[in-house]
Amino acid sequence: MKFLSEFRDPILVKKIISQIEKTTTKNWNIMEVCGGQTHSLVKNGILDLLPKKIQMIHGPGCPVCVTPINLIDKAVYLAEEMDVILCSFGDMLRVPGSKKSLLQAKANGADIRILYSPLEAVKLALEQPEKEVVFFAVGFETTAPANALSVYQAQSLGLSNFSILTSHVLVPPAMEAVINDKECRVNAFLAAGHVCTIMGLEEYYPLVKKYKIPIVVTGFEPVDLLQGILITVQQLEEGKSILQNEYKRVVKPKGNRKAQELLTKIFQVKNREWRGIGTIEKSGFELRPEFKKFDANLKFKINITKAPENSDCISGLVLKGIKKPKECSQFGKKCTPESPLGAPMVSSEGACAAYYHFSAFQTSEVNSTI
Amino acid sequence: MKGKNQKISLSCPMPKLDFEIITLGHGSGGLLTNRLLDSGVFNLFKNKYLDKRSDGAVLNLSNESAFTTDSFVISPLFFPNSNIGELAVNGTVNDLAMCGAIPQYLSLSFIIEEGLTMTEFWKILVAIKFASEKAGVQIVTGDTKVVEKGKGDKIFINTSGIGKLHPLAKLDILNIKVGDKIIVNDNIASHGIAIMSIREGLEFETTIQSDTKNLNDIVSTLLDTFGNDIHLLRDPTRGGVATVLNEIARDSNYGIEINQKNIPIDDQVDAACELLGLDPLYVANEGVFIAIISAEIAEAFVEQIKQIKHCKNTAIIGEIVEHHPKQVVLSSAIGGKRIINMLVGEQLPRIC
Repeated sequence: MKFLSEFRDPILVKKIISQIEKTTTKNWNIMEVCGGQTHSLVKNGILDLLPKKIQMIHGPGCPVCVTPINLIDKAVYLAEEMDVILCSFGDMLRVPGSKKSLLQAKANGADIRILYSPLEAVKLALEQPEKEVVFFAVGFETTAPANALSVYQAQSLGLSNFSILTSHVLVPPAMEAVINDKECRVNAFLAAGHVCTIMGLEEYYPLVKKYKIPIVVTGFEPVDLLQGILITVQQLEEGKSILQNEYKRVVKPKGNRKAQELLTKIFQVKNREWRGIGTIEKSGFELRPEFKKFDANLKFKINITKAPENSDCISGLVLKGIKKPKECSQFGKKCTPESPLGAPMVSSEGACAAYYHFSAFQTSEVNSTI
Repeated sequence: MKGKNQKISLSCPMPKLDFEIITLGHGSGGLLTNRLLDSGVFNLFKNKYLDKRSDGAVLNLSNESAFTTDSFVISPLFFPNSNIGELAVNGTVNDLAMCGAIPQYLSLSFIIEEGLTMTEFWKILVAIKFASEKAGVQIVTGDTKVVEKGKGDKIFINTSGIGKLHPLAKLDILNIKVGDKIIVNDNIASHGIAIMSIREGLEFETTIQSDTKNLNDIVSTLLDTFGNDIHLLRDPTRGGVATVLNEIARDSNYGIEINQKNIPIDDQVDAACELLGLDPLYVANEGVFIAIISAEIAEAFVEQIKQIKHCKNTAIIGEIVEHHPKQVVLSSAIGGKRIINMLVGEQLPRIC
């Protein structure tokens, strides 16, 4: 594929890896913030190619992993009890709620649809005026503009049967929460390229300045990721802590102004709960008062008792990079991709699932050489 | 799809009928059923077994034979380059071919949801006729049931098939050995993506077509030439190449290594998978087979496939190894390694 093959060039990859090896003298923990980056690291086998001194910590930027259990329960409730058409992005369906996942609710007869765009849900509401359509609006700054646009469109069309169940979270406050944890062992961040495509770079300067930690805005292709890691390691080895943009071909310093304007018009910042981590101040979006009629939470007066997380699951510590998935007593035992205790074992970009698959290979390699 | 010949449009005129849609009465076994079968099925699939209109077909199976069954529940029924009817024939024919058998006889059963139009049903029947003629199989028995609206999804088809074993076929998972090569005959993931491209809510502009085709001719020719050097054949339909390779690794107790850069895939299909957040290794195929063969014949095997049909993309994608038993490991295009697992359930598109 043109414009992509250049960033998957094996010769260039080898060259950058050799530079990383030459540059690295100490052990470094680098957190890739975005789940898309985790996915690419695993999919391309990059973890296998990095020097042992570099540990990649899979951060909290996986929407599937950080959406609170209560929100999943609410989505299930809406689909099962309120007879709505519940629309969602694909991989939210398998995330376990306190009683069941959306996939299980679907199997029980609830009308749950997988969509690629919230605008499809608006179309559905327009076509089926007799049904209530709810879009499960999860994600970071990347998916927020499309969700904002769906509300804007529904408003323009005068739709009264469309609403969203919002669980939007924001990256910079989460990074700050990770740094502020006293057990934090992250030395540097690869910032999420596509989040920065929307929001620009400005939010990250204060973090770099305040915490003296390198942040490198990084893309998703193998060459992007490795280049991001190389720049990060160079900074760490030289004792620098600056904000650098490795993903210049996509990320502009000021981001996408139009998307930002739309976000400001539809949403306002609020405190948000992150699954496994807890509440982080000013870390999410809610609908502005003038758009509250599109808030499924208010529209359906959902009354659900907050269910506790599984006490065996240490996903919060994993998402903050404090513990490795393998340090969890239930990893690979009670908790597997087939029967996950927590969300990071569900998604292919979840830290635990990534480790589960990758470590299986490492174990067998060791066995085969004995 | 580039490099692939467009199918010639085949049609048979629909008989004049006094009904436009299929109703519960057409499945009652009475007069309506008979009219539907007379005008549609029996005329279209004429052969000495079916013409007896008996409760079943009496067959003379003197050879060692293979027997298989498959059900087809695809939605939408009509998709680029094909429809459920052709799929129902090719699916069972190919399962027989993967056993090393030469397909001979098929049964054909419909479960129709009332309301299916006769035009749709006729298109499906015609596709079945031409697919079975192309594959050289006879439809010798069948059944038609009609269920109430809402109790089905327009039409479900089941076909079962019988075929005599090719005299040189020695296909068995136990024959696999370390060093065997893994061959894929054609581009992967085309069928699944063709279906995705027209699913409600996901439509995107593309010329990607389903790859459904019968594989029995090509398999038979390969068995003629290479006989017991072909150790195993599998068609990676549901779950795609990754699932079949995992099953082979699990059942043979060997490891499998595949090389991403050798796996043939059409550029458009590859791009669609990227956009949709799907891994092509798990996407369904309908005209693809995986062969596990002796390393010595690998190049000749690939060359022969390339000459027989429009399979210019046939490739050696990997081999059987001793280490990491029961696991499939992929060398990525950039040289990294990762495990290719069996999916827990259906592949779900990623959020971002």
